[in-house]
Amino acid sequence: MALSLPATMRTTAARLSALYFLLFALCAVLLVFYMTSLSARMLTGQTQQTINDEVLGLARAYQRGGLPVLVRVVEQRSRQPGANLYLIADANGQILTGNVQSLEPGVLETDGWTTEPFSYRRFGEGELERQRNQAADPNGAQPGETEIQSEGEKGHNAIALVLRLPNQMIMLVGRDLGEPERFRAVIRRALMLALGMMGLGGLLIWFLVGRTALKRIDSVSEASRRIMGGDLTGRLPVTGAGDEFDRLSENLNTMLARIATLNEGLKQVSDNIAHDLKTPLTRLRNRAEATLSGKHKTTDYRQALEGTIAESDQLIKTFNAILMISRLEAGYSSESTSKVDLAAAVRDVVELYEPVAEEAGVELETSVEGDFTVNGNRELIGQALSNIVDNAIKYSTDATEKPAVRVALQRVGHDIRLSVADNGHGIPDDADRARATERFVRLEKSRSQPGSGLGLSLAKAIMTFHNGKLELLPANPGLSVIMSFPAREDH
Amino acid sequence: MLERKLFTLMAAPQSSSEIAYNGSMKILVIEDDREAADYMQKAFTEAGHTAHVAGDGETGFALADAGDYDVMVVDRMMPRRDGLSVIAGLRSRGNTTPVLILSALGEVDDRVTGLRAGGDDYLTKPYAFSELLARVEVLNRRASAREAETVYRVGDLELDRLSHSVKRAAREITLQPREFRLLEYLMRHAGQVVTRTMLLENVWDYHFDPQTNVIDVHVSRLRGKIEKGFDKPILHTVRGAGYMLKS
Repeated sequence: MALSLPATMRTTAARLSALYFLLFALCAVLLVFYMTSLSARMLTGQTQQTINDEVLGLARAYQRGGLPVLVRVVEQRSRQPGANLYLIADANGQILTGNVQSLEPGVLETDGWTTEPFSYRRFGEGELERQRNQAADPNGAQPGETEIQSEGEKGHNAIALVLRLPNQMIMLVGRDLGEPERFRAVIRRALMLALGMMGLGGLLIWFLVGRTALKRIDSVSEASRRIMGGDLTGRLPVTGAGDEFDRLSENLNTMLARIATLNEGLKQVSDNIAHDLKTPLTRLRNRAEATLSGKHKTTDYRQALEGTIAESDQLIKTFNAILMISRLEAGYSSESTSKVDLAAAVRDVVELYEPVAEEAGVELETSVEGDFTVNGNRELIGQALSNIVDNAIKYSTDATEKPAVRVALQRVGHDIRLSVADNGHGIPDDADRARATERFVRLEKSRSQPGSGLGLSLAKAIMTFHNGKLELLPANPGLSVIMSFPAREDH
Repeated sequence: MLERKLFTLMAAPQSSSEIAYNGSMKILVIEDDREAADYMQKAFTEAGHTAHVAGDGETGFALADAGDYDVMVVDRMMPRRDGLSVIAGLRSRGNTTPVLILSALGEVDDRVTGLRAGGDDYLTKPYAFSELLARVEVLNRRASAREAETVYRVGDLELDRLSHSVKRAAREITLQPREFRLLEYLMRHAGQVVTRTMLLENVWDYHFDPQTNVIDVHVSRLRGKIEKGFDKPILHTVRGAGYMLKS
């Protein structure tokens, strides 16, 4: 823990916890100050109100009977337990009556409210208290002046209203501040405690978040570092909790899978270019070289050039097919899709190939059950289907019985199935059948047939683009190529 | 830059009083690849046409706006101003000269955007010159006047577009609907070379290369129907290019 602390301090949780803690602390401190000052102000206001009432009562007494009555009332009130501070002094500040023994110097010189709390000593009640203390605790401190002195020195704070009576006499009515002071201290203590607990909570949260949640982020970044290191098969951990981290990992994993697919496609394209385009290019170059060396007739040159053109045309076709497959695999813009009538597409392609089939002695049958529309691209679907029909016609010619190609369009469950079946030898081997849609794969017995080896791969890419599937199944005899389209929602 | 200017100047029309002879067209080539442009100019000239070359979009736009061309060949991606913007600019100024777009972009989307911008035909690079020539000749404004005719006649062959009937030397010939459309297209462009891809595009509305040459089989079928029993051939195969209907 101690060793990992610097690293832990760098984590987001540590930073966030620290920030939250600081913010909370600041708020708490502000709150403490606000609360204490507010409550103090409130209590002071109350005190002043009490004093005002008191003074009002005394003023009435003075009006009723002049100074003697006032003195009597003051003396009376002074003796009540928990009484306010009363003091009447002459013009020289000599105390005449009241329950105040001594005052902070200068208080009597003020007129009206004392601005600051002042300290004072009172008698009477202090005496009483001392006696009560002594009664409760007989072995207590020695009675005497020292006791009062010390208690007085400990200090009472009060605020007071100082009034000048008409005959130069001074009257002070005040109230002890002991109570508000205590109240303020209680609040302050409570808030300090709360602040401490908040701090503790912050530390705890930091510890929990840092230890659990961030551990997972760390594991994700660790895994991504491995993947960045070149291991594209690596995946981010998914705990199965289904929380944000899992969702993040799942999405990143999907992205990685997509990247891996694209990467694989790119690799395949470069492999294809290296192998299947280099070979004919070499052939092209060799032919040109051979024609240049040695003596030839003009017709030979013409023939060689025509051969060159034919070969380069084939190369262009192959190149276009590769480009198209990778574009389709990388995701085509959906702008080029619209409603496509599959039945019409089948009719068009079959009609296009009818004469070819007839010439090859192949019977081309169609069965379209109903009306089918899918979201897609008519050109692409036509191209895929014509590639498949083209293949089927070629490979049905070696059939033992009358060669036939059957194109069927029907709905199977949620799919719209377009199948093209021939009755030739088919592809008996399962592995071969699986491989047949890969790029440039030309199974041994098809080597004699013309073609680039891209027809089925292109058809497969087109089907993937349409969110469909291309499957090769044995048709006994022959091969059945099935294009499955997802049915349109509104159909 | 200077070189490009010179190149444009050299290619500018020598005189405005050139009179096109029968079948000859005045073609404007807007192409930034100088070698390709020179080759096109030479080949168009050899085919009996007059070709002017502009090396970038701006110059091409100025030339097209000023001159009276029968057909324009416009490269899609060019410096200064791209092909589609040139075409859109010309169309907005009321210029209706047929345009063939040349492009390395050959996807379905690209073709659609190209034609939407005002192009009349779209050819993907690399292409065979014979294909380009055939398409340019078919695009020619004067040839497309045939659109309005209801009866096409080539020699003793007659096609009635309204009654969907075909006769040769007054003898009725029965054709399948697609065969009729094929013959209709060939007759509309009689005397012109029509390539296999042009047929696939215009008669079947497909823009891909079929693995087997299905078009040849269709044409030979049609040929059987319109030539069998008649002494003169009328549907000719043009080697390395396509077909031509000619009496």
